[in-house]
Amino acid sequence: MALRLLLALWLTLVIILGFALPMVAQPQQWYDLPIIPGLEEKARIIFFHVPTAWLSVVGFLGSLGYGIRYLRKKDPDDDIKSASAAGLGFMFCILATVTGAIWAKFSWGTYWNWDPRQTSIFVLLLIYGAYFALRSAVEVEEKKATLAAVYAIIAGVTMPFFMFIMPRILASLHPEPILNAQGKVHMNTMMLVVFLSSLAGFTGLYYWMWKVHVRIERLRYRHVQLPGG
Amino acid sequence: MTAWLRSVISIYRKDWHSELRTRYAISALLMFVVTTISIILFSLGSEEAPPDVLSGMLWVVVFFGAMSGLSRTFVTEEERGTSMTLQLLTSPGAIYFGKLLFNLVLVFGLNAVTISLYAIVINGFVIRTMSIFLVAVVLGSVGFAAAATIIAAIIARASTKGTLYPVLSFPILLPLLLTVINATRLASEGAFFSEAVGEFQLLISYIVVVVTASTMVFEYVWKD
Repeated sequence: MALRLLLALWLTLVIILGFALPMVAQPQQWYDLPIIPGLEEKARIIFFHVPTAWLSVVGFLGSLGYGIRYLRKKDPDDDIKSASAAGLGFMFCILATVTGAIWAKFSWGTYWNWDPRQTSIFVLLLIYGAYFALRSAVEVEEKKATLAAVYAIIAGVTMPFFMFIMPRILASLHPEPILNAQGKVHMNTMMLVVFLSSLAGFTGLYYWMWKVHVRIERLRYRHVQLPGG
Repeated sequence: MTAWLRSVISIYRKDWHSELRTRYAISALLMFVVTTISIILFSLGSEEAPPDVLSGMLWVVVFFGAMSGLSRTFVTEEERGTSMTLQLLTSPGAIYFGKLLFNLVLVFGLNAVTISLYAIVINGFVIRTMSIFLVAVVLGSVGFAAAATIIAAIIARASTKGTLYPVLSFPILLPLLLTVINATRLASEGAFFSEAVGEFQLLISYIVVVVTASTMVFEYVWKD
């Protein structure tokens, strides 16, 4: 309970700070955020978009990890954890795609231009979609869990190829090279603090939602007659 | 080892025997290729599309052609109820490689037919660097067969077999597709062989990764 309250407070604070802190050319006050050339006020998306993109990957890796554990131990609980992680990852993946597209409209002038980043998040969406399509196509619990875990593994081993393929096809316009040029982060301390707190807060949110979801699914598993799942 | 190899070969030969009895996959593949290429011909009319578009379209035909035929490999075992017998007779690894071999031959045949047909009837599809194209087609076919086999094994266990196959395969095959399309574009532009080496490295590592992962997980899909 106390942890949940703390999480709510934390995220509220992050959201307020993310929107309200002034952006100035020469940050002097401790609360000033720097203006990043080419991004300006739009840079605020980093506090919300990057955590969602991060969690969509965390969701997939979590699903993959528990999937592998399921294959080893055949414990239905691992499958529940795996599926819950995938469900949350899918949600955050949609959020990241949508927030990214809105940002792209204002920065690049179009919602979608098949930037490498957009392509890779699109593929992640497809994988999630296929994963849930597969789950809904199998009726027997055990078989569903096994096939879903195997599919997650096969998808997981082919995903990294995009990191090598994408740069060969199109140069990215994604601002990560601006923010992170030569490995040097162009954020001042305050911006970094807000960004990292947002990342931590969102990860906490993910963890809490995942716990709740796992508990619901466990109940559903025990009372199979309950609809859904 | 020799016993293992013998069972791989017998699985492969068994599949050919039952395939030649009905010729389901072969005729489905052939008709699919003919249908898709004629749709492309009709939609192009007398226009001549740029080479990069045509090289992309070739792989659209190959992708959907493969999707219509390759899913059968494991589905037939389930339908005939022979998967239990196979489980008793030999190891999952032998089954996987036997099926992979069968799919490989099928994909090579499919690609040979598709590409020659495509090159004959589509105007403007020219390959300037044959070496790039050939290597890309060979490696691409192997990758196709590798990914298609494990997805086919998964799909055979699901209840909606036909529709789900392209859905599951597409995200897995996309890295391969993008790379072969890129290599084909290079070949039609007349690039030097050395320019496409990066593509080939990608394709080879893709094949190695997919086959390795498949052999590791196939047992879980196959055994009840």
